[in-house]
Amino acid sequence: MAGIDQAAIDNGGREPAALRIARSIGWGFARIFSVLALAIAWEVLARSGTFTPFQLPALSAVIEHIWSDGVSGDLWINTTLTLYRALTAFAICAVLGVAIGMAMSRNMLANWFFDPIVSVGFPMPKIAFLPVVILWLGVYDISKITMACVDAIFPVIAATVIAIDGVEKELIWSARNMGAGKRELLTQIVLPAALPQIMTGLQVALPLSLIVVVVAEMLMGGYGLGGAMMVASRFANSTGVFAGIVEIAVVGYALVKAMSLIRRRLLIWHPEAHDPSTV
Amino acid sequence: MSVLSATPAAQRTRGEQAMVLFLRYLPLVLLAIAWELVALLHLVSSDALPPLSSVIASWFGLLTDGTLLDNGGASLYRAAAGLGLAIVFGGVLGIVMAWWKPVNVLLAPIVEIFYPLPKSALIPVTVIWLGFGDGSKILLIFLGCMLPVTIGAYNGARGSEQALIWSARSTGAGRLRVLWDVVVPSAMPELLNGVRTALALSFILLVSAELIVAHKGFGYLIGVTGANGNYDAMYAVVLTVAFLGFAADRVYLVITKRALAWRE
Repeated sequence: MAGIDQAAIDNGGREPAALRIARSIGWGFARIFSVLALAIAWEVLARSGTFTPFQLPALSAVIEHIWSDGVSGDLWINTTLTLYRALTAFAICAVLGVAIGMAMSRNMLANWFFDPIVSVGFPMPKIAFLPVVILWLGVYDISKITMACVDAIFPVIAATVIAIDGVEKELIWSARNMGAGKRELLTQIVLPAALPQIMTGLQVALPLSLIVVVVAEMLMGGYGLGGAMMVASRFANSTGVFAGIVEIAVVGYALVKAMSLIRRRLLIWHPEAHDPSTV
Repeated sequence: MSVLSATPAAQRTRGEQAMVLFLRYLPLVLLAIAWELVALLHLVSSDALPPLSSVIASWFGLLTDGTLLDNGGASLYRAAAGLGLAIVFGGVLGIVMAWWKPVNVLLAPIVEIFYPLPKSALIPVTVIWLGFGDGSKILLIFLGCMLPVTIGAYNGARGSEQALIWSARSTGAGRLRVLWDVVVPSAMPELLNGVRTALALSFILLVSAELIVAHKGFGYLIGVTGANGNYDAMYAVVLTVAFLGFAADRVYLVITKRALAWRE
Protein backbone atom coordinates (compact mmCIF):
# COMPACT_ATOMS: atom_id res chain seq x y z
CA MET A 1 0.00 0.00 0.00
CA ALA A 2 2.98 2.29 -0.27
CA GLY A 3 1.37 3.65 -3.41
CA ILE A 4 -1.33 5.47 -1.53
CA ASP A 5 0.69 7.77 0.66
CA GLN A 6 3.45 8.15 -1.89
CA ALA A 7 1.05 9.45 -4.50
CA ALA A 8 -0.31 11.91 -1.96
CA ILE A 9 3.17 13.25 -1.27
CA ASP A 10 4.26 13.29 -4.89
CA ASN A 11 1.61 15.83 -5.75
CA GLY A 12 3.77 18.76 -4.77
CA GLY A 13 6.27 18.41 -7.59
CA ARG A 14 6.60 22.06 -8.58
CA GLU A 15 6.15 23.88 -5.29
CA PRO A 16 8.77 25.79 -3.34
CA ALA A 17 10.82 23.64 -1.01
CA ALA A 18 9.46 25.05 2.25
CA LEU A 19 5.89 24.55 1.20
CA ARG A 20 6.68 21.04 0.06
CA ILE A 21 8.25 20.13 3.39
CA ALA A 22 5.32 21.61 5.29
CA ARG A 23 2.97 19.68 3.09
CA SER A 24 4.75 16.36 3.57
CA ILE A 25 4.81 16.91 7.33
CA GLY A 26 1.09 17.56 7.11
CA TRP A 27 0.44 14.34 5.23
CA GLY A 28 2.72 12.46 7.59
CA PHE A 29 0.73 13.79 10.51
CA ALA A 30 -2.50 12.80 8.81
CA ARG A 31 -1.18 9.26 8.48
CA ILE A 32 -0.17 8.96 12.10
CA PHE A 33 -3.39 10.70 13.09
CA SER A 34 -5.72 7.95 11.88
CA VAL A 35 -3.68 5.22 13.53
CA LEU A 36 -3.60 7.20 16.78
CA ALA A 37 -7.32 7.86 16.49
CA LEU A 38 -7.93 4.14 16.13
CA ALA A 39 -5.81 3.39 19.20
CA ILE A 40 -7.57 6.06 21.28
CA ALA A 41 -10.97 4.86 20.10
CA TRP A 42 -10.05 1.34 21.21
CA GLU A 43 -8.96 2.54 24.65
CA VAL A 44 -12.02 4.75 25.16
CA LEU A 45 -14.43 2.10 23.93
CA ALA A 46 -12.89 -0.51 26.20
CA ARG A 47 -13.02 1.76 29.25
CA SER A 48 -16.49 3.12 28.59
CA GLY A 49 -18.02 -0.19 29.64
CA THR A 50 -19.84 -0.78 26.35
CA PHE A 51 -18.01 -4.08 26.14
CA THR A 52 -16.87 -6.33 28.94
CA PRO A 53 -13.10 -6.54 29.40
CA PHE A 54 -13.42 -10.11 28.13
CA GLN A 55 -14.84 -8.95 24.82
CA LEU A 56 -12.48 -6.02 24.40
CA PRO A 57 -9.63 -5.53 26.85
CA ALA A 58 -8.20 -2.01 27.01
CA LEU A 59 -5.25 -1.26 24.76
CA SER A 60 -3.21 -0.26 27.81
CA ALA A 61 -3.85 -3.67 29.41
CA VAL A 62 -2.80 -5.39 26.19
CA ILE A 63 0.40 -3.37 26.00
CA GLU A 64 1.09 -4.15 29.64
CA HIS A 65 0.61 -7.84 28.88
CA ILE A 66 3.05 -7.66 25.96
CA TRP A 67 5.53 -5.82 28.16
CA SER A 68 5.40 -8.44 30.90
CA ASP A 69 5.75 -11.18 28.27
CA GLY A 70 8.77 -9.34 26.98
CA VAL A 71 10.31 -9.04 30.44
CA SER A 72 9.77 -12.71 31.24
CA GLY A 73 11.37 -13.71 27.94
CA ASP A 74 8.34 -15.59 26.56
CA LEU A 75 7.80 -12.99 23.88
CA TRP A 76 11.33 -13.45 22.60
CA ILE A 77 11.09 -17.27 22.50
CA ASN A 78 7.71 -17.28 20.79
CA THR A 79 8.59 -14.62 18.25
CA THR A 80 11.90 -16.14 17.26
CA LEU A 81 10.35 -19.61 16.93
CA THR A 82 7.53 -18.36 14.72
CA LEU A 83 9.95 -16.29 12.67
CA TYR A 84 12.35 -19.20 12.37
CA ARG A 85 9.62 -21.48 11.06
CA ALA A 86 8.17 -18.93 8.66
CA LEU A 87 11.54 -17.83 7.30
CA THR A 88 12.85 -21.39 6.90
CA ALA A 89 9.73 -22.32 5.00
CA PHE A 90 10.06 -19.17 2.93
CA ALA A 91 13.72 -19.87 2.10
CA ILE A 92 12.92 -23.42 1.01
CA CYS A 93 10.03 -22.17 -1.11
CA ALA A 94 12.13 -19.45 -2.69
CA VAL A 95 14.90 -21.83 -3.75
CA LEU A 96 12.71 -24.79 -4.73
CA GLY A 97 10.00 -22.65 -6.30
CA VAL A 98 12.37 -20.70 -8.52
CA ALA A 99 14.20 -23.91 -9.45
CA ILE A 100 10.98 -25.71 -10.39
CA GLY A 101 9.72 -22.67 -12.25
CA MET A 102 12.96 -22.43 -14.23
CA ALA A 103 12.91 -26.14 -14.98
CA MET A 104 9.32 -25.82 -16.18
CA SER A 105 10.10 -23.04 -18.58
CA ARG A 106 13.23 -24.69 -19.98
CA ASN A 107 12.36 -28.36 -20.04
CA MET A 108 9.35 -29.88 -21.80
CA LEU A 109 9.24 -32.93 -19.55
CA ALA A 110 9.34 -30.90 -16.34
CA ASN A 111 6.65 -28.67 -17.74
CA TRP A 112 4.48 -31.64 -18.68
CA PHE A 113 4.80 -33.08 -15.18
CA PHE A 114 4.47 -29.96 -13.05
CA ASP A 115 2.01 -27.87 -15.06
CA PRO A 116 -1.13 -29.81 -14.09
CA ILE A 117 0.08 -30.14 -10.51
CA VAL A 118 0.60 -26.40 -10.23
CA SER A 119 -2.60 -25.44 -12.00
CA VAL A 120 -4.64 -27.78 -9.81
CA GLY A 121 -2.64 -27.23 -6.63
CA PHE A 122 -2.42 -23.44 -6.72
CA PRO A 123 -6.09 -22.65 -6.14
CA MET A 124 -6.57 -25.49 -3.65
CA PRO A 125 -6.97 -24.69 0.05
CA LYS A 126 -3.84 -26.61 1.01
CA ILE A 127 -4.40 -25.91 4.68
CA ALA A 128 -6.97 -28.74 4.61
CA PHE A 129 -4.01 -31.11 4.37
CA LEU A 130 -2.77 -29.98 7.77
CA PRO A 131 -4.13 -33.07 9.61
CA VAL A 132 -2.52 -35.29 6.98
CA VAL A 133 0.81 -33.54 7.47
CA ILE A 134 0.46 -33.98 11.24
CA LEU A 135 -0.28 -37.66 10.70
CA TRP A 136 2.88 -38.04 8.67
CA LEU A 137 5.37 -35.75 10.33
CA GLY A 138 4.15 -35.23 13.87
CA VAL A 139 3.50 -31.91 15.58
CA TYR A 140 6.97 -30.43 15.68
CA ASP A 141 8.87 -27.94 13.54
CA ILE A 142 9.13 -30.19 10.51
CA SER A 143 5.41 -30.51 9.99
CA LYS A 144 4.80 -26.79 10.51
CA ILE A 145 7.54 -25.86 8.06
CA THR A 146 6.37 -28.46 5.55
CA MET A 147 2.81 -27.17 5.69
CA ALA A 148 3.98 -23.60 5.14
CA CYS A 149 6.13 -24.73 2.20
CA VAL A 150 3.28 -26.59 0.56
CA ASP A 151 1.21 -23.43 0.69
CA ALA A 152 3.80 -20.83 -0.19
CA ILE A 153 5.61 -22.56 -3.03
CA PHE A 154 2.85 -22.24 -5.62
CA PRO A 155 2.92 -18.46 -5.99
CA VAL A 156 6.71 -18.64 -6.42
CA ILE A 157 6.52 -21.30 -9.13
CA ALA A 158 3.73 -19.53 -10.99
CA ALA A 159 5.48 -16.17 -10.82
CA THR A 160 8.78 -17.65 -12.01
CA VAL A 161 7.21 -19.40 -14.99
CA ILE A 162 5.29 -16.31 -16.04
CA ALA A 163 8.34 -14.10 -15.49
CA ILE A 164 10.70 -16.21 -17.57
CA ASP A 165 8.13 -16.59 -20.34
CA GLY A 166 7.73 -12.84 -20.36
CA VAL A 167 11.42 -12.03 -20.86
CA GLU A 168 11.77 -10.09 -24.09
CA LYS A 169 13.02 -12.28 -26.88
CA GLU A 170 15.07 -9.39 -28.31
CA LEU A 171 17.19 -9.36 -25.14
CA ILE A 172 17.94 -13.06 -25.43
CA TRP A 173 18.64 -12.86 -29.15
CA SER A 174 21.02 -9.97 -28.86
CA ALA A 175 22.87 -11.60 -25.96
CA ARG A 176 23.20 -14.78 -27.97
CA ASN A 177 24.30 -12.76 -30.94
CA MET A 178 27.10 -11.31 -28.85
CA GLY A 179 28.23 -14.81 -27.94
CA ALA A 180 26.69 -15.40 -24.53
CA GLY A 181 26.78 -19.03 -23.45
CA LYS A 182 23.87 -20.86 -21.86
CA ARG A 183 25.00 -20.11 -18.33
CA GLU A 184 25.74 -16.46 -19.02
CA LEU A 185 22.39 -16.11 -20.74
CA LEU A 186 20.67 -17.42 -17.63
CA THR A 187 22.54 -15.44 -15.01
CA GLN A 188 23.08 -12.21 -16.97
CA ILE A 189 19.89 -11.90 -18.97
CA VAL A 190 17.02 -14.20 -18.05
CA LEU A 191 17.15 -14.06 -14.26
CA PRO A 192 17.64 -10.29 -13.93
CA ALA A 193 14.93 -9.60 -16.49
CA ALA A 194 12.59 -11.99 -14.70
CA LEU A 195 13.46 -10.71 -11.23
CA PRO A 196 10.65 -8.16 -10.79
CA GLN A 197 7.93 -10.74 -11.27
CA ILE A 198 9.77 -13.38 -9.28
CA MET A 199 10.01 -10.85 -6.45
CA THR A 200 6.27 -10.32 -6.68
CA GLY A 201 5.79 -14.05 -6.23
CA LEU A 202 8.12 -14.02 -3.24
CA GLN A 203 6.25 -11.07 -1.78
CA VAL A 204 3.10 -13.16 -1.86
CA ALA A 205 4.87 -16.23 -0.46
CA LEU A 206 6.35 -14.59 2.64
CA PRO A 207 3.12 -13.43 4.34
CA LEU A 208 1.50 -16.67 3.24
CA SER A 209 4.10 -18.75 5.01
CA LEU A 210 3.62 -16.64 8.15
CA ILE A 211 -0.15 -17.17 7.99
CA VAL A 212 0.21 -20.91 7.63
CA VAL A 213 2.81 -21.16 10.39
CA VAL A 214 0.49 -19.29 12.75
CA VAL A 215 -2.45 -21.56 11.91
CA ALA A 216 -0.29 -24.65 12.30
CA GLU A 217 0.95 -23.40 15.67
CA MET A 218 -2.62 -22.73 16.77
CA LEU A 219 -3.66 -26.24 15.88
CA MET A 220 -0.62 -28.10 17.15
CA GLY A 221 0.10 -26.01 20.23
CA GLY A 222 3.54 -25.65 21.76
CA TYR A 223 5.69 -22.53 21.64
CA GLY A 224 5.29 -19.86 19.00
CA LEU A 225 3.03 -16.84 18.67
CA GLY A 226 0.09 -18.90 17.41
CA GLY A 227 0.49 -21.48 20.15
CA ALA A 228 0.68 -18.82 22.85
CA MET A 229 -2.52 -17.25 21.54
CA MET A 230 -4.32 -20.56 21.62
CA VAL A 231 -3.20 -21.18 25.21
CA ALA A 232 -4.47 -17.72 26.19
CA SER A 233 -7.75 -18.42 24.44
CA ARG A 234 -8.23 -21.73 26.27
CA PHE A 235 -7.78 -20.00 29.61
CA ALA A 236 -10.26 -17.31 28.55
CA ASN A 237 -7.43 -14.81 28.83
CA SER A 238 -8.65 -12.37 26.22
CA THR A 239 -5.90 -9.84 27.01
CA GLY A 240 -3.44 -12.54 25.98
CA VAL A 241 -5.37 -13.17 22.78
CA PHE A 242 -5.33 -9.51 21.82
CA ALA A 243 -1.66 -9.27 22.76
CA GLY A 244 -1.05 -12.16 20.38
CA ILE A 245 -2.84 -10.35 17.57
CA VAL A 246 -0.78 -7.21 18.13
CA GLU A 247 2.45 -9.22 18.20
CA ILE A 248 1.59 -11.15 15.05
CA ALA A 249 0.51 -7.94 13.34
CA VAL A 250 3.85 -6.31 14.16
CA VAL A 251 5.79 -9.33 12.88
CA GLY A 252 3.70 -9.45 9.70
CA TYR A 253 4.11 -5.74 9.10
CA ALA A 254 7.86 -5.92 9.63
CA LEU A 255 8.22 -8.85 7.22
CA VAL A 256 6.19 -7.18 4.49
CA LYS A 257 8.10 -3.91 4.88
CA ALA A 258 11.45 -5.71 4.86
CA MET A 259 10.45 -7.53 1.71
CA SER A 260 9.51 -4.34 -0.13
CA LEU A 261 12.78 -2.74 1.02
CA ILE A 262 14.71 -5.70 -0.38
CA ARG A 263 12.74 -5.41 -3.58
CA ARG A 264 13.61 -1.74 -3.94
CA ARG A 265 17.26 -2.51 -3.23
CA LEU A 266 17.51 -5.43 -5.66
CA LEU A 267 15.61 -3.68 -8.42
CA ILE A 268 17.26 -0.30 -8.07
CA TRP A 269 18.30 -0.49 -11.73
CA HIS A 270 14.77 -1.23 -12.87
CA PRO A 271 12.41 1.56 -14.03
CA GLU A 272 9.84 0.43 -11.45
CA ALA A 273 12.15 1.54 -8.62
CA HIS A 274 11.16 5.11 -9.47
CA ASP A 275 7.49 4.27 -9.35
CA PRO A 276 6.07 3.38 -5.97
CA SER A 277 4.96 -0.23 -6.11
CA THR A 278 1.87 -1.50 -4.39
CA VAL A 279 2.19 -3.42 -1.14
CA MET B 1 2.58 -23.12 -20.58
CA SER B 2 -0.69 -22.02 -19.11
CA VAL B 3 -0.22 -22.13 -15.39
CA LEU B 4 -3.01 -19.79 -14.50
CA SER B 5 -5.52 -20.22 -17.29
CA ALA B 6 -6.77 -23.53 -18.54
CA THR B 7 -7.54 -22.42 -22.06
CA PRO B 8 -8.29 -25.37 -24.29
CA ALA B 9 -6.47 -25.18 -27.60
CA ALA B 10 -8.80 -23.74 -30.21
CA GLN B 11 -9.96 -25.43 -33.39
CA ARG B 12 -9.46 -29.08 -32.70
CA THR B 13 -11.85 -31.94 -33.09
CA ARG B 14 -13.46 -33.24 -29.95
CA GLY B 15 -11.40 -36.44 -29.95
CA GLU B 16 -8.15 -34.54 -30.23
CA GLN B 17 -9.26 -32.18 -27.52
CA ALA B 18 -9.96 -35.07 -25.16
CA MET B 19 -6.57 -36.53 -25.98
CA VAL B 20 -4.81 -33.24 -25.27
CA LEU B 21 -6.70 -32.87 -22.02
CA PHE B 22 -5.81 -36.41 -21.02
CA LEU B 23 -2.14 -35.89 -21.81
CA ARG B 24 -2.18 -32.61 -19.91
CA TYR B 25 -3.59 -34.14 -16.76
CA LEU B 26 -1.78 -37.48 -17.13
CA PRO B 27 0.73 -36.63 -14.37
CA LEU B 28 -2.15 -36.36 -11.90
CA VAL B 29 -3.47 -39.74 -12.99
CA LEU B 30 0.02 -41.19 -12.59
CA LEU B 31 0.24 -39.73 -9.08
CA ALA B 32 -3.12 -41.30 -8.21
CA ILE B 33 -1.97 -44.68 -9.51
CA ALA B 34 1.29 -44.37 -7.58
CA TRP B 35 -0.72 -43.60 -4.44
CA GLU B 36 -2.88 -46.71 -4.91
CA LEU B 37 0.15 -48.91 -5.58
CA VAL B 38 2.15 -47.61 -2.63
CA ALA B 39 -0.78 -48.25 -0.33
CA LEU B 40 -1.66 -51.65 -1.78
CA LEU B 41 1.92 -52.91 -1.56
CA HIS B 42 2.10 -51.70 2.06
CA LEU B 43 5.17 -49.60 1.40
CA VAL B 44 3.80 -47.20 4.01
CA SER B 45 1.40 -47.94 6.83
CA SER B 46 -2.20 -47.88 5.64
CA ASP B 47 -2.97 -45.53 8.55
CA ALA B 48 -0.66 -42.90 7.12
CA LEU B 49 -1.84 -43.44 3.57
CA PRO B 50 -5.00 -45.50 3.04
CA PRO B 51 -5.44 -46.77 -0.53
CA LEU B 52 -7.18 -44.35 -2.86
CA SER B 53 -9.89 -46.92 -3.56
CA SER B 54 -10.94 -47.14 0.08
CA VAL B 55 -10.85 -43.34 0.35
CA ILE B 56 -13.26 -43.15 -2.58
CA ALA B 57 -15.45 -45.83 -1.00
CA SER B 58 -15.67 -43.92 2.26
CA TRP B 59 -16.40 -40.73 0.32
CA PHE B 60 -19.50 -42.40 -1.09
CA GLY B 61 -20.32 -43.58 2.41
CA LEU B 62 -20.14 -40.03 3.75
CA LEU B 63 -22.19 -38.77 0.83
CA THR B 64 -25.01 -41.28 1.20
CA ASP B 65 -25.40 -40.92 4.98
CA GLY B 66 -25.67 -37.15 4.58
CA THR B 67 -22.67 -36.19 6.73
CA LEU B 68 -20.83 -34.63 3.84
CA LEU B 69 -23.77 -32.59 2.60
CA ASP B 70 -24.71 -31.47 6.09
CA ASN B 71 -21.23 -30.24 7.01
CA GLY B 72 -20.45 -29.03 3.51
CA GLY B 73 -23.61 -26.97 3.41
CA ALA B 74 -22.66 -25.26 6.67
CA SER B 75 -19.15 -24.52 5.38
CA LEU B 76 -20.25 -23.19 2.02
CA TYR B 77 -22.88 -20.99 3.63
CA ARG B 78 -20.23 -19.41 5.87
CA ALA B 79 -17.78 -18.92 3.01
CA ALA B 80 -20.42 -17.43 0.73
CA ALA B 81 -21.78 -15.06 3.38
CA GLY B 82 -18.35 -13.83 4.47
CA LEU B 83 -17.06 -13.47 0.94
CA GLY B 84 -20.22 -11.70 -0.24
CA LEU B 85 -19.97 -9.13 2.54
CA ALA B 86 -16.25 -8.70 1.86
CA ILE B 87 -16.79 -8.07 -1.85
CA VAL B 88 -19.52 -5.48 -1.27
CA PHE B 89 -17.78 -3.57 1.52
CA GLY B 90 -14.26 -4.02 0.20
CA GLY B 91 -15.14 -2.98 -3.33
CA VAL B 92 -17.02 0.13 -2.21
CA LEU B 93 -14.26 1.05 0.23
CA GLY B 94 -11.52 0.70 -2.39
CA ILE B 95 -13.32 2.80 -4.97
CA VAL B 96 -14.24 5.46 -2.42
CA MET B 97 -10.61 5.58 -1.27
CA ALA B 98 -9.45 6.14 -4.83
CA TRP B 99 -12.12 8.75 -5.53
CA TRP B 100 -12.09 10.95 -2.41
CA LYS B 101 -8.67 11.88 -1.20
CA PRO B 102 -9.57 12.69 2.44
CA VAL B 103 -10.98 9.18 2.86
CA ASN B 104 -7.78 7.82 1.42
CA VAL B 105 -5.56 9.86 3.72
CA LEU B 106 -7.51 8.70 6.76
CA LEU B 107 -7.92 5.05 5.86
CA ALA B 108 -4.74 4.21 3.94
CA PRO B 109 -2.54 3.90 7.05
CA ILE B 110 -5.09 1.63 8.68
CA VAL B 111 -5.31 -0.55 5.58
CA GLU B 112 -1.53 -0.57 5.40
CA ILE B 113 -1.29 -1.87 8.97
CA PHE B 114 -4.01 -4.47 8.73
CA TYR B 115 -3.16 -5.79 5.28
CA PRO B 116 -0.06 -7.78 6.34
CA LEU B 117 -1.74 -9.03 9.54
CA PRO B 118 -2.09 -12.80 9.19
CA LYS B 119 -5.86 -12.99 9.41
CA SER B 120 -5.70 -16.42 10.99
CA ALA B 121 -4.58 -14.61 14.16
CA LEU B 122 -8.14 -13.29 14.41
CA ILE B 123 -9.66 -16.75 14.87
CA PRO B 124 -9.65 -16.68 18.70
CA VAL B 125 -10.98 -13.12 18.78
CA THR B 126 -13.90 -13.82 16.47
CA VAL B 127 -14.73 -16.72 18.77
CA ILE B 128 -14.58 -14.43 21.82
CA TRP B 129 -16.94 -12.00 20.09
CA LEU B 130 -19.41 -14.26 18.34
CA GLY B 131 -19.03 -17.73 19.82
CA PHE B 132 -18.50 -21.08 18.17
CA GLY B 133 -21.21 -20.92 15.52
CA ASP B 134 -21.61 -19.45 12.06
CA GLY B 135 -21.17 -15.84 13.13
CA SER B 136 -17.52 -16.09 14.09
CA LYS B 137 -16.56 -17.80 10.83
CA ILE B 138 -18.48 -15.33 8.71
CA LEU B 139 -16.85 -12.42 10.53
CA LEU B 140 -13.40 -13.96 10.12
CA ILE B 141 -13.87 -14.55 6.40
CA PHE B 142 -15.31 -11.08 5.97
CA LEU B 143 -12.35 -9.45 7.74
CA GLY B 144 -9.79 -11.59 5.96
CA CYS B 145 -11.20 -11.21 2.47
CA MET B 146 -12.10 -7.55 2.57
CA LEU B 147 -8.64 -6.02 2.18
CA PRO B 148 -7.55 -7.89 -0.97
CA VAL B 149 -10.78 -6.72 -2.61
CA THR B 150 -10.24 -3.17 -1.31
CA ILE B 151 -6.73 -3.02 -2.67
CA GLY B 152 -7.78 -4.46 -6.02
CA ALA B 153 -10.60 -1.93 -6.32
CA TYR B 154 -8.34 0.90 -5.19
CA ASN B 155 -5.58 0.13 -7.67
CA GLY B 156 -8.09 -0.42 -10.44
CA ALA B 157 -9.97 2.79 -9.77
CA ARG B 158 -6.77 4.81 -9.51
CA GLY B 159 -5.57 3.35 -12.78
CA SER B 160 -8.61 4.56 -14.70
CA GLU B 161 -7.42 6.76 -17.53
CA GLN B 162 -7.60 10.45 -16.85
CA ALA B 163 -8.49 11.07 -20.51
CA LEU B 164 -11.61 8.94 -20.16
CA ILE B 165 -12.66 10.83 -17.05
CA TRP B 166 -12.05 14.18 -18.71
CA SER B 167 -13.98 13.27 -21.82
CA ALA B 168 -16.85 11.99 -19.72
CA ARG B 169 -16.84 15.24 -17.73
CA SER B 170 -16.70 17.33 -20.89
CA THR B 171 -19.77 15.58 -22.28
CA GLY B 172 -21.55 16.82 -19.20
CA ALA B 173 -21.50 13.82 -16.90
CA GLY B 174 -21.76 14.63 -13.21
CA ARG B 175 -19.25 13.38 -10.68
CA LEU B 176 -21.35 10.44 -9.57
CA ARG B 177 -22.14 9.57 -13.18
CA VAL B 178 -18.39 9.50 -13.96
CA LEU B 179 -17.79 7.37 -10.91
CA TRP B 180 -20.40 4.86 -11.95
CA ASP B 181 -19.84 4.83 -15.73
CA VAL B 182 -16.07 5.30 -16.01
CA VAL B 183 -14.24 4.62 -12.76
CA VAL B 184 -16.13 1.53 -11.64
CA PRO B 185 -15.89 -0.32 -14.99
CA SER B 186 -12.21 0.49 -15.34
CA ALA B 187 -11.62 -0.72 -11.78
CA MET B 188 -13.38 -3.97 -12.62
CA PRO B 189 -10.45 -6.09 -13.90
CA GLU B 190 -8.26 -5.43 -10.87
CA LEU B 191 -11.20 -5.63 -8.52
CA LEU B 192 -12.12 -9.03 -9.92
CA ASN B 193 -8.51 -10.10 -9.51
CA GLY B 194 -8.67 -9.07 -5.86
CA VAL B 195 -11.87 -11.09 -5.50
CA ARG B 196 -10.02 -14.11 -6.85
CA THR B 197 -7.40 -13.76 -4.14
CA ALA B 198 -10.20 -13.33 -1.62
CA LEU B 199 -11.93 -16.46 -2.89
CA ALA B 200 -8.81 -18.55 -2.27
CA LEU B 201 -8.36 -16.89 1.13
CA SER B 202 -11.94 -17.59 2.14
CA PHE B 203 -11.38 -21.33 1.79
CA ILE B 204 -8.12 -21.16 3.75
CA LEU B 205 -9.70 -19.16 6.59
CA LEU B 206 -12.83 -21.30 6.61
CA VAL B 207 -10.95 -24.56 6.94
CA SER B 208 -8.47 -23.29 9.51
CA ALA B 209 -11.20 -21.73 11.65
CA GLU B 210 -13.26 -24.91 11.50
CA LEU B 211 -10.29 -27.08 12.29
CA ILE B 212 -9.59 -25.07 15.42
CA VAL B 213 -13.10 -24.42 16.78
CA ALA B 214 -16.38 -25.58 15.30
CA HIS B 215 -19.31 -27.93 15.78
CA LYS B 216 -19.94 -28.39 12.11
CA GLY B 217 -18.36 -27.92 8.73
CA PHE B 218 -15.62 -29.43 6.59
CA GLY B 219 -12.80 -28.52 8.93
CA TYR B 220 -14.69 -29.95 11.90
CA LEU B 221 -15.33 -33.17 9.97
CA ILE B 222 -11.65 -33.47 9.06
CA GLY B 223 -10.68 -32.97 12.71
CA VAL B 224 -13.21 -35.48 14.06
CA THR B 225 -12.50 -38.24 11.55
CA GLY B 226 -8.77 -37.76 12.06
CA ALA B 227 -9.09 -37.86 15.84
CA ASN B 228 -11.12 -41.06 15.63
CA GLY B 229 -8.48 -42.70 13.49
CA ASN B 230 -10.92 -42.94 10.59
CA TYR B 231 -8.27 -41.92 8.10
CA ASP B 232 -10.14 -43.07 4.97
CA ALA B 233 -12.88 -40.60 5.78
CA MET B 234 -10.39 -37.88 6.72
CA TYR B 235 -8.65 -38.17 3.37
CA ALA B 236 -12.01 -38.18 1.62
CA VAL B 237 -13.04 -34.89 3.25
CA VAL B 238 -9.62 -33.29 2.72
CA LEU B 239 -9.73 -34.13 -0.97
CA THR B 240 -13.30 -32.85 -1.23
CA VAL B 241 -12.33 -29.49 0.25
CA ALA B 242 -9.28 -29.27 -1.98
CA PHE B 243 -11.35 -30.09 -5.03
CA LEU B 244 -14.04 -27.55 -4.11
CA GLY B 245 -11.44 -24.82 -3.72
CA PHE B 246 -9.99 -25.68 -7.11
CA ALA B 247 -13.42 -25.89 -8.77
CA ALA B 248 -14.52 -22.57 -7.27
CA ASP B 249 -11.44 -20.89 -8.72
CA ARG B 250 -12.03 -22.37 -12.17
CA VAL B 251 -15.71 -21.42 -12.21
CA TYR B 252 -14.77 -17.93 -11.09
CA LEU B 253 -12.24 -17.64 -13.93
CA VAL B 254 -14.87 -18.61 -16.51
CA ILE B 255 -17.33 -16.10 -15.08
CA THR B 256 -14.84 -13.23 -15.01
CA LYS B 257 -13.78 -13.99 -18.56
CA ARG B 258 -17.41 -13.59 -19.60
CA ALA B 259 -17.84 -10.47 -17.51
CA LEU B 260 -14.76 -8.82 -18.95
CA ALA B 261 -15.49 -9.79 -22.54
CA TRP B 262 -16.18 -6.13 -23.36
CA ARG B 263 -12.50 -5.32 -22.89
CA GLU B 264 -11.27 -7.45 -25.79
